[in-house]
Amino acid sequence: MLLIDVVILVVKIFVVLQIFLIGAAYVVLFERKVSAWIQNRVGPNRTGWHGSLQSFADVLKLVMKEDIVPAQADYGFHLLAPIISIGIAIAVWAVIPFADSFTIGGKVIVPTVAPNLNVGLLLLFALSSLGVYGITLAGWASNSKYSLLGGLRSSAQMISYELSMGLSLVGMMLYMGTVNITEIVQAQGGSWLGFIPRWNIFVQPLGFLIFLVAAFAETNRAPFDLAEAEPELVGGFHTEYTGLKFGLFFLAEYGNVILMSALMATLFFGGYHFPDVENWSFFKEHDVLRALLQFGALFIKTVALVFFFIWVRWSIPRFRYDQLMNLGWRVMFPLALANVVITAIIVSVIQSH
Amino acid sequence: MATKTVRTEEAKRLSFWEKLYIPEIAKGLGLTLKQMFQPKFTREYPEEKYIPAASYRGRPVLVQEDYGERCVACGLCSRVCPAIAIEVQAAETEKEKERYPVKFEINMLRCIFCGYCEEVCPEEAIVMSRDYELVFEHPEDAIFGKDRLLVPVSQLQERLEYLRQYKG
Repeated sequence: MLLIDVVILVVKIFVVLQIFLIGAAYVVLFERKVSAWIQNRVGPNRTGWHGSLQSFADVLKLVMKEDIVPAQADYGFHLLAPIISIGIAIAVWAVIPFADSFTIGGKVIVPTVAPNLNVGLLLLFALSSLGVYGITLAGWASNSKYSLLGGLRSSAQMISYELSMGLSLVGMMLYMGTVNITEIVQAQGGSWLGFIPRWNIFVQPLGFLIFLVAAFAETNRAPFDLAEAEPELVGGFHTEYTGLKFGLFFLAEYGNVILMSALMATLFFGGYHFPDVENWSFFKEHDVLRALLQFGALFIKTVALVFFFIWVRWSIPRFRYDQLMNLGWRVMFPLALANVVITAIIVSVIQSH
Repeated sequence: MATKTVRTEEAKRLSFWEKLYIPEIAKGLGLTLKQMFQPKFTREYPEEKYIPAASYRGRPVLVQEDYGERCVACGLCSRVCPAIAIEVQAAETEKEKERYPVKFEINMLRCIFCGYCEEVCPEEAIVMSRDYELVFEHPEDAIFGKDRLLVPVSQLQERLEYLRQYKG
């Protein structure tokens, strides 16, 4: 590997990290603003322009707080748990493609950290399954009954919904014939009949619905936020966490919200494709500008989905635990299976003709 | 052995569309979206201050007339105060049988804003004001002497009228 390739890779990783960290900080602010608007309030508006520095002030506060570890806790695992959570939330970004490749000074640059990975979607599932460890370990290592119960609740929930989440994408994989995320995005360019974009949501509406619900459950957000359940529980798995370690869990939660939104945009809403405009001859000549336009398209789609996440949180009451499990195992799971079977039949019928 | 699903009362009450969740969720989301564009209720506090009605019980103040304070240092307010916040020391004036407070102190950390002092005062000399902004840096700053307690009668007209109408 040439030095220039290493430099390009480091720059890509740096950019993705910055997008993750600053994005998560602003999603926290966005959440507080949207919740305020829904409740006819103004929201944070004292720190910076319309409260734009609020998240940074909050992070500063968390950094300066004392780090308390319970006396009976396992120090190593207590420290490891938030690192696992945040590490996985960051690592999954490696497979998300941000734009088509472009050329700078004769060098072709692909704006993905791990481009053209043949097992993209599988890697993604493998990594997001590991997220359960962070939460369970946090509950167990704290050596506190509240933390342990919170951790168990949320690991049971995440494992249950992981099934429907994986199955909801099997239909899409059958239709696309690949698990390579770059290829999945490229196949969604263009449009049918000239005006309907070739997005997977029009082919797999049921798959999208199941994935959406499972994504809410996976990120532990309302209406499935039983892990934390602010008005009911002490604090869930992060009861015994303070300062920066708590901040890392907080960051991981919001990072996962952005990640799930970006993933849904990539898999179901055409990824970075901006229908028609990107095919103008102007953009064929200036591929750097085209990459920027495509990044903007992905950004807008992601922000819209993040807004949806927040909007749902402040509208819908929390599920009871038995209702959550009923929905997961007796509604979502059979629906996802049915979606796979129906898609498989349709795909095989089309292929045999 | 097949388990029998028990249909609860709740399940029987709901119609098919309600059990499907999605239309109801859409309705709820629509409601919150509508709320986002409603006028805001927030008061931008330090810039836009709340002015309470005359019946509001803010910090107690002494009424100051042109000739000095109304207070005759009878000490009833100090006696009635449940939080023991008021201290009065009386002295004689040049006029016969007249007294005035040499020292009148209210400890604002002890005051519970009950308004008993105002109610018991025979001279209408101590009344509750509209002032609710009480911030101190030291406990000593919280002991208000006569310099901070005396307020000209012109500023207290509304409260005095309110008392005349409703007191007793």
